[in-house]
Amino acid sequence: MRDVDAALKLDEAEIGRIFREESGRSVAALIRIFGDIDIAEDAVQEAFAVALRKWPAAGLPPNPGGWITTTARHRAIDHLRRESRGRELLSGAALLSSGNDDPGAPGEVGPMHDDRLHLIFTCCHPALSTEAQVALTLRLLGGLSTNEVARSFLVAEPTMAQRLARAKRKIKAARIPYRVPEDHELPDRLRPVLAVVYLVYNAGLSSPADPSLCSEAIRLARILARLLPDDPEVAGLLALLLLTESRRASRTRPDGSLVLLGEQDRGRWDRALLEEAQAIVRRCLRRNQPGAYQLQAAINAVHADAATLEQTDWSQIVALYDQLLAIAPTPVVALNRAIAVGEVQGAAAALALVDELDLDNYHPFHATRADLLHRLGRNSEAATAYERAAAIAPTDAERDFLRLGGRSSR
Amino acid sequence: MTQYLLSVHSVAGKPREPMTDEEMQESYKQVGLLEEEMKSAGAWVFGGRLHKPDTATVVRMAKGEVLTTDGPFAESKEHLGGFYIIEAEDLDAALAWASKVTDVINAPIEVRPFWEMPEA
Repeated sequence: MRDVDAALKLDEAEIGRIFREESGRSVAALIRIFGDIDIAEDAVQEAFAVALRKWPAAGLPPNPGGWITTTARHRAIDHLRRESRGRELLSGAALLSSGNDDPGAPGEVGPMHDDRLHLIFTCCHPALSTEAQVALTLRLLGGLSTNEVARSFLVAEPTMAQRLARAKRKIKAARIPYRVPEDHELPDRLRPVLAVVYLVYNAGLSSPADPSLCSEAIRLARILARLLPDDPEVAGLLALLLLTESRRASRTRPDGSLVLLGEQDRGRWDRALLEEAQAIVRRCLRRNQPGAYQLQAAINAVHADAATLEQTDWSQIVALYDQLLAIAPTPVVALNRAIAVGEVQGAAAALALVDELDLDNYHPFHATRADLLHRLGRNSEAATAYERAAAIAPTDAERDFLRLGGRSSR
Repeated sequence: MTQYLLSVHSVAGKPREPMTDEEMQESYKQVGLLEEEMKSAGAWVFGGRLHKPDTATVVRMAKGEVLTTDGPFAESKEHLGGFYIIEAEDLDAALAWASKVTDVINAPIEVRPFWEMPEA
């Protein structure tokens, strides 16, 4: 609990938090004004330094986001005036922002003209690798430092700096546009954007010590949902993230090991997030344009509806997986469908489905087989499967859990 | 406007499927139509198809003298088979042309921006 004084006190961490929250909008606005990512980044970084100096004494400005954009814009103009190429650039930039006194306001009105929406389509352009897309999105829109982006993806800072520099060089040299795609391009171009947000969330989920990527992804998903209210998959992704987030706290034990859905304390699920997500899922159902994110959200919503594991409407879940498998016929989806089938038709039916899948390097495959074999009383086969799952599990917590699962009896 | 190289790369030892005369005629016709479209849209700068890499000659400076050797520069399996140089507003516009080219000639197209000399 923080007292009022502590909440008002602007320390470095608090200013950092506000900056992370606001900087995406500022960076995007400056890229629109100056047409250059590096200029925008450097200027916003300088504004941050000014804020660290001024805010603790002067207090938080009434509109921190506007303050950052204005300060950064002035800094950028100061720099550009000093070089001839800059003066040229400025004459173009002046045209762009003429008649617009508030540099924080988008060039045109309406969500489709939000600078951040333009920027996320640049960051997630299909001409960039997925790794570059994720890194750029976190750096430019999420306001993470290069070092923070590097740590999130377990690479050294110089490696990440290089990756970012290369991506920015390509954007500039190849002229990857800064614009929202036309309606007819939107479905194709939105796919990598949603995939990046989902990847960011899952990166946060797999490192429980640093959940900031989870909140970052949800923040990006909320922005997208606000900007593209007519796209059901954007809504589906937001609902899916909110549902997963509502269970995140009950997903791991204090020692970091995983708690299966059936063993989670449902009282600890975050009701506010659940209700928000379920309302979105209901709207998606009414719209009836199912997609992969919406269906995954719907499956999670069915789980959330059940007060206990026993009350889960498994046949509803199987029906949703049938639809998902038709849209996304991947072995992982088939595996999850098989688990649900196991709850309706029994372990033998599920095992028959699971054994058809080619997922030897995917540890949940072996964990699922182990569980089903156990339920069928085939204990030595179950132990072998648990051992195989533990051997290829990516984290210590999961390895420990699986090794324990191999020994415990159901 | 930026200029882009749209290049077609042929892989040695992996000949394209042989075409009948009729298919060949149809393919030439399609390519011709697309080139006309590029020209009327103002995107066309230059384009052409190259002879096989074994027709290539390399000249280089060696100890102050020009040395001429037979064969392509790179000992690689992939060789430039042909290219277009186009002018486009941005990468999306260049990729739209590349999509049309790959559709007509049924081979992957590499899209690469030209270096622009900074204006003095």
